[in-house]
Amino acid sequence: MQPVAGGALLSPWTPGIFSLSLYTIFVLVIITALLFLSSWLGEKKPTPEKLRPYECGIIPSGTARLKYPIPFYLVAIFFLIFDVEAAFIFSWAVACENLGWAGWLQMSYFIFVLLIGLVYIWKKGGLEWGPESSEK
Amino acid sequence: MASWIIGFVLLLLKMAVVLGVLLLLAAYLVWAERKLLARFQVRYGPNRAGKFGLLQPIADGIKMITKEDLMPDGADRFIFLLAPAVVAFTALLMFAVVPFGEEITLFGQNVPMVISDLNVGLLFIIALSSLGVYGVALGGWASNSKYSLLGGIRGAAQMISYELSLGLSLIPIVMIAGSLSLVDIVKAQQNVWFIFVQPVSFVIFLISAMAESKRIPFDIPEAENELGAGYHMEYSGMRFGLFFIGEYVHMQVLGALTAVFFLGGWQGPFLPAPVWLLIKIVMVALVMIWIRGTLPRLRYDQLMAIGWKVLVPAALINIVITGAVILII
Repeated sequence: MQPVAGGALLSPWTPGIFSLSLYTIFVLVIITALLFLSSWLGEKKPTPEKLRPYECGIIPSGTARLKYPIPFYLVAIFFLIFDVEAAFIFSWAVACENLGWAGWLQMSYFIFVLLIGLVYIWKKGGLEWGPESSEK
Repeated sequence: MASWIIGFVLLLLKMAVVLGVLLLLAAYLVWAERKLLARFQVRYGPNRAGKFGLLQPIADGIKMITKEDLMPDGADRFIFLLAPAVVAFTALLMFAVVPFGEEITLFGQNVPMVISDLNVGLLFIIALSSLGVYGVALGGWASNSKYSLLGGIRGAAQMISYELSLGLSLIPIVMIAGSLSLVDIVKAQQNVWFIFVQPVSFVIFLISAMAESKRIPFDIPEAENELGAGYHMEYSGMRFGLFFIGEYVHMQVLGALTAVFFLGGWQGPFLPAPVWLLIKIVMVALVMIWIRGTLPRLRYDQLMAIGWKVLVPAALINIVITGAVILII
């Protein structure tokens, strides 16, 4: 698709931003309608037992906002790093043929460094889960 | 102006058909899944509502709408209400960039068989699947239940890990097609489907896609027998229904993306283009159901090991090799 020109912006014939916005509205209307129908037709007889969070029949104790293990934070941080780099690779991928061998060499070097980073967090135990990982 | 109105009506019709097919197929995928899983396990599956249980999805829909919509004590009201809508919304919106046929000419104008041919279509899809993580993580967190929280966190970590390999496995496709637009990617497969050019990418993509949709063998965030139902345990009524719709629409979207990126999209002989896309979507979905009926659930460390230690390096090396091969040819 070519970038949309000013006059074609609101044209229903071009599959661009206009049709996307319309589709988004459509989807939102469907979801809202389903939720509205549910709240309109649904039963409403709450009791304290029904509203208690489910813990296999045991009465919950303490807060449910638990602290969770560090590896989850680590995964989030690794993801952040690798995802930004994936975005960088995407921008090269579109023009890969035009950039030629010079571009390929640079990108290979970049990916090589990325892989070294992956091996490093691997060796450091950043990708390990379960009881063994905390004993190291 | 008359042309604008005709175009507008056609656009509305097109969207209504797309959404109708998506939602109807989602309902009948649930039916197909229950029926097939039952047959795999030598049971009958739903067979009371209508012939072969064919009315079961409709009965389920009515049941979900009329069920009580509970919100557990201490739940974060706003986020609890928002989370299922986010899941269904992102899944439905992803289909906007999937092309389902060649341009046809009506009233002297070209009618494109795609809702929105964004030139960053692939990035749009990856962005939306990132947004889908919010539905899972926030839904689990807002429920004020320990199981839900565990499910939500597991789901978030799993989805972001596999999103990485999902994105990386598509880079070779972008390199060959030279475009991020899904329409152009389908056109680039006129002579040969990318599954034959990029089999490694295909395998990485399919595994990541299954992990993204949180299905067995990757259903650790839901894990019935340890977490109840994980992040959507506290949901009832139509809010649970939206999680359900989201999951099955997501399955179809992943089938459509598999078709677009690797199986030639809507291209095929004899039958009309949208029918071919539909056939490919259903085939991929059936394979996913088959896998669900066959494999046991992975352990969490195995899940993370496959994602980070196998798929990500394999995808990165595949990019380098593909680049070299493209430049040599």
